[in-house]
Amino acid sequence: MELLVFVLASAMVIAGAGGVILSRNPVHAALGLVLTLFGVAVHFVALEAHFLAAVQVIVYAGAIVVLFLFVIMLLGVDRAENIEVEPLKVQRPLAIVIGVGTIGIVAAAVLRVRSTLAQGEPLQSDGDSNIRQLAADLFSDRVFAFELTSVLLIVAVAGTVVMTRRQRASREDDRS
Amino acid sequence: MSASSLPAIVAADPILEGELLWTPLLIVLAKVVVIFVVGLVGTMFMVWFERKIVAGMQNRVGPNKAGPFGILQTLADGIKLFFKEDLLPAQADKWVFRLAPFLAFVPAFLVWSIIPLGGDFSDGQDGTVVWFGETTRVQLADPPIGILLFLALSSIAVYGIMLAGWSSGSKYPLLGSVRASAQMISYEAALGLSLAAVLLSAGTLSTAGIVIAQPTLGDWHIVATGFVPFVIFLIAATAELNRPPFDLVEAEQELVGGFNTEYSSIRFALFFLAEFMNTITMSGIIVTLFLGGPQPISIGDTTLDIPLLPGAIEGTVWFLLKVLVFLYAYVWFRATLPRLRYDQLMDLGWKVLIPVALGWFLLLAAIRVGQDADWNIGVVVGVSLAVIAVGYLLFVWALRTSSGLRDRGEVSA
Repeated sequence: MELLVFVLASAMVIAGAGGVILSRNPVHAALGLVLTLFGVAVHFVALEAHFLAAVQVIVYAGAIVVLFLFVIMLLGVDRAENIEVEPLKVQRPLAIVIGVGTIGIVAAAVLRVRSTLAQGEPLQSDGDSNIRQLAADLFSDRVFAFELTSVLLIVAVAGTVVMTRRQRASREDDRS
Repeated sequence: MSASSLPAIVAADPILEGELLWTPLLIVLAKVVVIFVVGLVGTMFMVWFERKIVAGMQNRVGPNKAGPFGILQTLADGIKLFFKEDLLPAQADKWVFRLAPFLAFVPAFLVWSIIPLGGDFSDGQDGTVVWFGETTRVQLADPPIGILLFLALSSIAVYGIMLAGWSSGSKYPLLGSVRASAQMISYEAALGLSLAAVLLSAGTLSTAGIVIAQPTLGDWHIVATGFVPFVIFLIAATAELNRPPFDLVEAEQELVGGFNTEYSSIRFALFFLAEFMNTITMSGIIVTLFLGGPQPISIGDTTLDIPLLPGAIEGTVWFLLKVLVFLYAYVWFRATLPRLRYDQLMDLGWKVLIPVALGWFLLLAAIRVGQDADWNIGVVVGVSLAVIAVGYLLFVWALRTSSGLRDRGEVSA
């Protein structure tokens, strides 16, 4: 049963990832990303990380990809781009190197730690223990990292607002 | 790992624990079928109910030909829709165009599965019932993430509307869907924050647990969280549903029909069903969160008991009565409130609902911490109110500054 869930979810993840890379239409690519995120959520549920699964769907599928789609629709880039034009020449070779390197590192890591994985029964838990443990961790041991992340987000938002708001003087310069 | 790890994965419903036997399986299947049928019949009823009530409020008769009181009107409309020609616009993105109605329809149905529809919760019982020797709940599933599943599904429903508008390959649907996604994302924040107040008070995510946490009228979260989260949730929920006065998504005078303009026949019927279905499930969610779900009304030790009904059925009756109140309220909103302008909609969402929900949540959390740590409750409330007041003043200052800058034309909006 567990194997079946694993295979199905992995198939979802891989199919979605393939869709992201291979589809010519940005909206289809975004939908492929949603499929991948769902597959990962299923994996989380199979590992009894229910809260992570829910957050995965709510935040990533529900907010972030919706914003992607929003931008795609507003900017009207929902058609295939001409990929012959290359603004940054090093981009493609670099992408190949980094891609192959990442696969190598992940594969090596998996092979190294496979034998040391903890064996045995998972923790028996009631429905809310997931969220309790996460909260206790986030708000005690890792509270500074947590707060710094929120500061980072605020800085990003404030920076965006400042950069997109043009002063009147510069606007008149644009017009002249 | 073997099949024995399955129950923990699937649900906290007691029926799914232990070995997989035939009786539990059949009960679960029966529940699925019943919920599906009840959902469809409920939607039919809701369409008729809305038309009849709106007609009454506008001094009209409303549907009165098909069946007694015109109650079969929806069935007739549905059959008519199913036999219409199914058009596929030439400019449409065919695959996404076909997918979108299901993305709207399926989440609307799935929300039903986590709402406690009945069960005996009176006198501190935990709402489980015994059917054919199996202990179970009168709800399809009680997953550990409970109410978060509702948030996840409502964020999936955004895709249905958004993709429907985009894939139609036409301007009005696209405008409608861009409006819809902006509106639904904006109000989801307020919805989540007012929900957090309930979770803080209930101490659990499970929907059945939330109902168990509200045995008497004073414990109902509408009272226990101080009414403000309830109002915010109700407003945000109406906006999430795209119902009047927040129906800018399909403002007929501006957008023809919004995201579903290019849809016809059964695909349109699916959107239509999903919309009314969502109204019912959202009422169910509000009742579960704030009004004690299937709990009977009881003040102190006296319980308002419906005579001659066994406990489990009484729970269902209470649930239906409470849901009906909200269904009526939604129709009432539609019949009386004028539609908001788009900037009013965004101002209400971002500048009123979210700050108020956040401030109220802070206050509730502070009181909770104060109770746990045995602090003087008056001091806790005083300090929290002072912090909130400072935050409010800063907020007003920021708003003044930005609107002042805009008036003087120093920045472009």
